[in-house]
Amino acid sequence: MENKIDFTVLDQAISEFGTEKKALIAILQRAQEVYRYLPAEIFPYIAEKLDIPEAGIYGVATFYENFSLEKKGKYVIKICDGTACHVRKSTAILDAMRKELGLSESKKTTDDFIFTVETVSCLGACSSAPAIMVNDEIYPTMTPDSAVELLKSIKEKENV
Amino acid sequence: MEKQFVTVDGIPVEINGEKNLLELIRKAGIQIPTFCYHSELSVYGACRMCMVENEWGSLEAACSTPPKAGMKIKTNTEKLRKYRKNILELLLANHCRDCTVCEKNNDCKLQDLARVFHIEGVRFPNNAPEVKKDESSPCIVKDQSKCILCGDCVRMCNEVQNVGAIDFAFRGSKMVISTAFGKPIKDSPCVGCGQCVSVCPTGALVLHSEAEVIWDALHDSSVKTTVQIAPAVRVAIGKELGVKNGKNVMGKIVAALRRMGFDEVYDTTLSADLTVMEETKEFAERLQSGKNLPLITSCCPAWIQYAEKKHPELLDNISSCRSPMQMMASVLKEMNKDVKHFHVAVMPCTAKKFEAAREEFIVDGDKNVDAVLTTKGLIRLIRESGIIFEELEPEAVDMPFSTVSGAGVIFGVTGGVTEAVLRKVSEDKTRSNLLTLANLGQRGSEGIKEFEIPFGERNLKIAVASGLGNAEKVIRRLQAGEQFDFIEIMACPGGCVNGGGQPSANKDINARNVGLYQADKNSVVRRAEENPVIADLYKNVIKDKAHELLHTTYRKR
Repeated sequence: MENKIDFTVLDQAISEFGTEKKALIAILQRAQEVYRYLPAEIFPYIAEKLDIPEAGIYGVATFYENFSLEKKGKYVIKICDGTACHVRKSTAILDAMRKELGLSESKKTTDDFIFTVETVSCLGACSSAPAIMVNDEIYPTMTPDSAVELLKSIKEKENV
Repeated sequence: MEKQFVTVDGIPVEINGEKNLLELIRKAGIQIPTFCYHSELSVYGACRMCMVENEWGSLEAACSTPPKAGMKIKTNTEKLRKYRKNILELLLANHCRDCTVCEKNNDCKLQDLARVFHIEGVRFPNNAPEVKKDESSPCIVKDQSKCILCGDCVRMCNEVQNVGAIDFAFRGSKMVISTAFGKPIKDSPCVGCGQCVSVCPTGALVLHSEAEVIWDALHDSSVKTTVQIAPAVRVAIGKELGVKNGKNVMGKIVAALRRMGFDEVYDTTLSADLTVMEETKEFAERLQSGKNLPLITSCCPAWIQYAEKKHPELLDNISSCRSPMQMMASVLKEMNKDVKHFHVAVMPCTAKKFEAAREEFIVDGDKNVDAVLTTKGLIRLIRESGIIFEELEPEAVDMPFSTVSGAGVIFGVTGGVTEAVLRKVSEDKTRSNLLTLANLGQRGSEGIKEFEIPFGERNLKIAVASGLGNAEKVIRRLQAGEQFDFIEIMACPGGCVNGGGQPSANKDINARNVGLYQADKNSVVRRAEENPVIADLYKNVIKDKAHELLHTTYRKR
């Protein structure tokens, strides 16, 4: 493991949301937010605090698309493939970004954990189609070229 | 109050506290098909086979609809039949269809209903990805390709047993039953109780079979084969072999095992008597010293594993006595030191397979119990042998262990170990005291039973729990500060009679209880300490090795 898991994040989430079963999703969301994925190490910890079997937490974590069991990049890029974006050629944007970063359908995160590229079914930004989202920010009316430009500017910022 | 009725297929059926339409319809003599409904589990409503049509032509799931006065429902209409056939066909589409080589062939609900509903072909290709069987556990085997996602195993494991080894994972067409992170079952919290296998309607969860190694030993004339039969097996095996459920067929089992080729056949009841002796001694010592009370029983290997995985803080409270199976095995191995000897235990239990493989019970690379055969496994072997069980003449077990006590035989039912120990603890050895001791509150199939019994200047507080979920409730009370002196825990609801290795009792566990209590009544000796074989064993075989042969240790897992 390259870095140790900081369990104080979980303690804080647990004191905020409580230890009832209904708090599980909120706690997992917080963990996902901080760690950018759900590390396996947090499962036994949450299981004990909330008295939910690990298999049950695994069930919740694999049910929701928003949770990831794999470590994601610092920049999570979501390319909208909803109807509006799709008909305005979002696929070409996806292809261009994957090509630029050497990613594919099965390999979603770069080896240096800077970028993760994935598709979503709708970002709710249909009027700005085709749209992409980088972490929490929406980028409207993209083209393959402007998407690659965006990647390059992030790379510059990150010195990679 | 005025009587209330639901009209089922034109017949008025009285509502009498039924929780759902399904129970009511079954009362009317109609067998509604189900996969995911078990009265002891929560209602899940997933399989949709129990749909019924109401008077307005719409469909409702009978399992999750409470009966209301004046309802008019139909259980067999064109719409329903088509609907059920469709579900079956879709289930079969993704299901492995190698029925002839499936462990559950002829004992599978999916196969059964496919036949009942005349499914004559499946229009859809099987697109399910190929998955490897999980054979990591010595107790159970999981085959995802035969799973219909009814969730019975998940609810059994979580609700009744409080183990939580498995749950649903992923979503939609990718959904599977999985341990956390898809780990092998042996690395999960699974305790091997086998209750998931008992409720699985298909071959997705089956028992780990050791039949082949047993046949190998039986066919090898240079090997001496011995076998022991646990108390609960004798009242559960008959049902599948043409005898009534609950009838004690010990004599027939002995005869069958001899015909199959076993050289010596013994009764685990004898070593249950040994357990009573050792455990009572331990109990008396702890009562005197006041240390490590309550004493918690140790016969049940699924409970032991549960404690090792979830409650390591209780390990000092658990009796150090080996289970009757292991006591019998270590004594037999000690007696047959100089020959090539293969020992088989016939058990109502799947967790015994794990117990037999524990390193504490392997001496110089040799397992004390070489193979464990469940009751279901024995049924298979008897059928394979071509023996017509119902026609067998009963035979007696072999010397020198032919006398067993009634105290040992009731180990197979929840409360039995407690009663057996109390018979030894109680100083009143009269026949009438046996009756008094029978009615303290330890008998019956309730999940948690508690009572007090006077002992010297104080009362002993005793709890009996069966089903690990119930055990957990008692443990939590204990940890909240409540005092107990003796706790009996059996992992399977109702005790070994309802063990994971037993054929389904179809809710008739009581017949098996009655069978065992009857066997106790018919015993020449009712108390373990009055069994002459026991004194003889201590004198001639065990000698000063009681600790080495009859006790063990536990560790956190």
